Order: sequence, then C-alpha cells, then structure tokens
Amino acid sequence: MIGNREPILRVRDLAVEFTIGQEGLFGPKKILRAVKGVSFDLYQGETLGIVGESGCGKSTLSRAIIRLLPASGGEAVWLGRDIQKMDTKDLLGLRKDIQMIFQDPLASLNPRMTCGAIIAEPLQIHMPELSKADRTKRVAEMMAKVGLLPTMINKYPHEFSGGQCQRIGIARALITNPKLIICDEAVSALDVSIRAQVVNLLMDLQKELGISLLFISHDIAVVRHIAQRIMVLYFGEVVEIGDSEQVTMDPQHEYTKRLIASVPVPDPRVEMERREERRRLRREAATKAA
Amino acid sequence: MPGLTGKDQVLTDYANKLATLDAPKGRSLTQDALRRLAKNKAAVASIAIVLLIVLVAFIGPYLLPWGYSQVDWSNIRKPPNFDNGHFLGTDQNGRDMAARVLQGTQMSVIVAVVASFVSVTIGVIYGAVAGYFGGRVDAIMMRIVDVMYALPYILFVIILMVMFGRNPVLLFVGIGCIEWLTMARIVRGQTLSIKEKEFIEAARASGAKPFTIIMRHIVPNLTGPVVIYATLTIPEIIIAESFLSYLGLGVQEPQTSLGTLISAGAPVAEVLPWMLLGPAAVLITLLLCLTYIGDGLRDALDPKDR
Repeated sequence: MIGNREPILRVRDLAVEFTIGQEGLFGPKKILRAVKGVSFDLYQGETLGIVGESGCGKSTLSRAIIRLLPASGGEAVWLGRDIQKMDTKDLLGLRKDIQMIFQDPLASLNPRMTCGAIIAEPLQIHMPELSKADRTKRVAEMMAKVGLLPTMINKYPHEFSGGQCQRIGIARALITNPKLIICDEAVSALDVSIRAQVVNLLMDLQKELGISLLFISHDIAVVRHIAQRIMVLYFGEVVEIGDSEQVTMDPQHEYTKRLIASVPVPDPRVEMERREERRRLRREAATKAA
Repeated sequence: MPGLTGKDQVLTDYANKLATLDAPKGRSLTQDALRRLAKNKAAVASIAIVLLIVLVAFIGPYLLPWGYSQVDWSNIRKPPNFDNGHFLGTDQNGRDMAARVLQGTQMSVIVAVVASFVSVTIGVIYGAVAGYFGGRVDAIMMRIVDVMYALPYILFVIILMVMFGRNPVLLFVGIGCIEWLTMARIVRGQTLSIKEKEFIEAARASGAKPFTIIMRHIVPNLTGPVVIYATLTIPEIIIAESFLSYLGLGVQEPQTSLGTLISAGAPVAEVLPWMLLGPAAVLITLLLCLTYIGDGLRDALDPKDR
C-alpha cells in the first residue's frame, strides 16, 4: 500500500540509558533505563505515531534515532547504514535527511534571529554553495508553502503567534527536502483549532512531498488522525504496534485501553446532555428540600 | 515543485515579486529594549551626561588657554581665577587643573573602554565555550578561573609591568585580563541555561557545528547580561585604574588620570580644596551615570525582572 516495502528506517532493540548519579566517588552508578529495546520499521511516505504518557521515553527514543543522544544498545539503520557508526560526513547527510519539529513553537526558534534567517539556517549548513538571493527565494517559497506570508521574512519570532511559529519550525524542517521528519509533540502546545490546521498542513505536505513522519504525541486522538500505524510506548517498552484503526478500535494491551479511555468525548451534545442531567438532578433535590 | 493547493502558483509569483521588493522590517529584541530604555528618564539623562563628559574631555583641551603639562610660574597653588584662564585653579607645580582634569578624564575613559572591551571579549568566549561543552572541559576551564581569582591582581599587574615596562596600553590590557573572570562566570551560567533551550537542539539536529552554535545562537542571546555587566564593570575599572595609579603603577607623569589627580589632591584637600574637588566631581558624576545606565539597561533588556 505504501510505495517501496524496503523500510527507510529500521530500529532494532534500541536502548538508551542515563546515569543519574553515583553513590560516593567509586560507588555503583545509578542508571535510568529510559528506552529498553525498541524495534520498529518505518517506510517511505508513511506516518508512524508514537504515543505514551509523559516520561515514557518517546522523546529520548527520537533523540537517539538521530544521534543527539548516544544509544547504549541496539541499532538504528537509516537507508542501510547504522546511524551509531556513521562518521562526521555521513552524519551531516543524515542531518539533512532527517529533520525535527519541536514541541514549544517559540522556544524552538532563536529569539535573536529573523524568521528568514531561522528557516535559511539548514540551507546554509547543507547547501553552502547557494547564493544569498537563491536562499532568500527558497525561504520565501517555503514560507508560502507552509502558509506564511513571505512579507514576514524579516520579522522576529516574538512577533508571531504560536501557530505561525510552528509553521516556521515546519518550514525550517522542510527546506532541506528531508526524507523523514520527526515531530516531537509538534502540536501539543497549540490550541485545538490551530492544532487541526497544523496537523492538516503536515498531512498535505506529506502527500505532496512523499516524506515519512515519525509523529510523537501523548494525545492518541491526534495520532489516530494523522498516522497509518501507531506504536504505544510504556516505560520505555513497546506494548503495542499496529495499524492505527486496529490499535484504536481493538486495543490488545491494558495500557492502550486506558490510554484510549482517557480521551474525552469530542461531542459537545453528549457533554451538554450530561450537564443538563446534572442540572435537573440538582433542581429536583432543591424542590424536594423546599 | 507541484502545488499544494491552487494557491501555490500565486504564492510563488508573490514570493518572486518580494525578492525584488523590500519586505518590512521586524522589531528585534534589541530595538524593543532600546525603546524601553528611551522611556527611562534617569538612564537617558545619564547617557547624555556621559556623552557630554566624554565630548568635553576630548575637545576641551583645544579650547583651554593652558596645556596639561604647561607650568605657569606666576600662578602656583592658586585658587580658580577666570582672569588668567585657570578655571579650576593650579596645582603645586603651577599646572592648570582644568586641563589636567580633562586629560585625566580622557585617560580614565580610554582605560574603561579598552579594558571592558578586552574583558567582554575574553569573558564571553571563554564562558560560552566552558558552558556549552560542559563536563570535564567546563570543570577544567572554571578551575583555572578560580585559581586566577585567588591571585591578587596587583601582583598580576606588577608582573606585567616588570615584563613589558610601563606602558598605559599594558595597563588597559592588564585590567581587562582581570575583569574578565567575573564575566566568564556570568556568561557560563547563562550559557548553561540557554543551551538547554529547544532552538539549540534544533540547530544541533540540523547539523550546525559547535562553533557555529556558540557564535550564532548562544552569544547573541547573552546580550542582556553581558551589556548590563559591562556597564557595571566600567566604574569598577575606573576605580581599579585609580588605585593602580595611586600606587604608582598606572599612568605616568606628566600624563594623569582621574585616580592620580584625586590621590594628589587628597592630602592637600584642606589647603588646596580645588585640587580634589574638580577631579572628584567628574569621577563621581561618571560613576553615578554609568550605574544608572546599567540599571536602565537591565530594566530594558529583562523586563520580566523589574
């Protein structure tokens, strides 16, 4: 169903550990195992949702995949090459192919740089041969593509709204024509209407450019909307992975069931009926007392 | 590239048109800060006074009838007298105090500017590198700073003087080399908090090299604390220079500085008060104004901390 069946990213038993302290100078190290052997495949043009509660290792996993954090075991293979063993030159190529979108739209933009400079930065790193005019043109095109007015090119991040800032983040991630974008809670900090816009923008861009997405969120409702497959993480372990329909409609694991039950009913009428019922009960209680 | 929606073609044309036009400028954080600073009356007045003092110090000597090393044999130890052109009186050697105060101010201002430039440059780079790399690099670099702190700086300046001879430039550099220690600590602390921000992670994820990250992402975000601390260092440097000159390690006769003038005027303050009052008034005004400017800048750059 999705293009080429050879996975572009293959993760096997990936583990990440942190040393969180040591007893005395030579005592045993206290080790936190944040990710305990995660395996999955990601195909071209596919969206894999990663869900789980805060602190379950979602972000750590994504950082380890692109080697912002060292993995302590297992492997992550990008287009046939092990990311952990890449040299500086290959790593630079990887940074071009895999981009990230971050949680806090404002904090992920340097407050001292203009929107244009922020979007242009990956271009400066990966295509230093471009002239300044070419760069500006590409940045303006990319801004148009993510729904920002190119006239805003000289504005600073604090002059944008949260949704616009996240669009700048998306433009920065897209400018190098990456093959995979990791969205680390990319829409969690946005309010609901803006969230829908940004999610739809991501889906449209994915359809147009054929990129893969690794969509990390604690909100299973959003993930179900955007992802073809869902992986559920719980305390650093995969408890369930499968088609998003299947995972959300027929969860196998206890934790997945709880996660799905925690989603509020997205129907105001249902909520209103419940409120009416509560009011009626209160009135009845009041008349009885009088 | 194929269009997302039908709008793409229109937008591309628009983008092309924009490439030839100038897009409107945004308000940078610095501009915002300057706007806030302009509303602070004390700071604006202080800036005006400091500028005036600097201007007078550099232009004034050309307008005075007497040079700073010129001896007027007929007027030795005389109080201010407008008839013969000694507006602030003369010292024990018959030199015009007004000319000497202006020359001293010049010297003190130059020391302050050069030394704070040296201390800011060294301190920012050193602190940012230590803070960004962290771990062992940080530990070693900051222990070096601790050791330097422990050394008495007088000793340091004396060693420099012995090695390179008496030279005002050396004095500036020597003071700057001492003042950077505190700057490095402040910058390191700030860097530790900035480097955890998401935009640093974003830069690393897109493949920026550590040096690029430090220069492009960390240093510009240090502007606030650095500018504030630098304005507050200037008075400190002027005082340090005065102290060194007082000990005879600073500027040499017949050149002078505010510190030297005050140290010469202090012992005779009862009989020749004009020798102390002139330079002291200038020094106090300068220091007060610089402190107000520093305060104003702090309020302007960190509006949250007010």
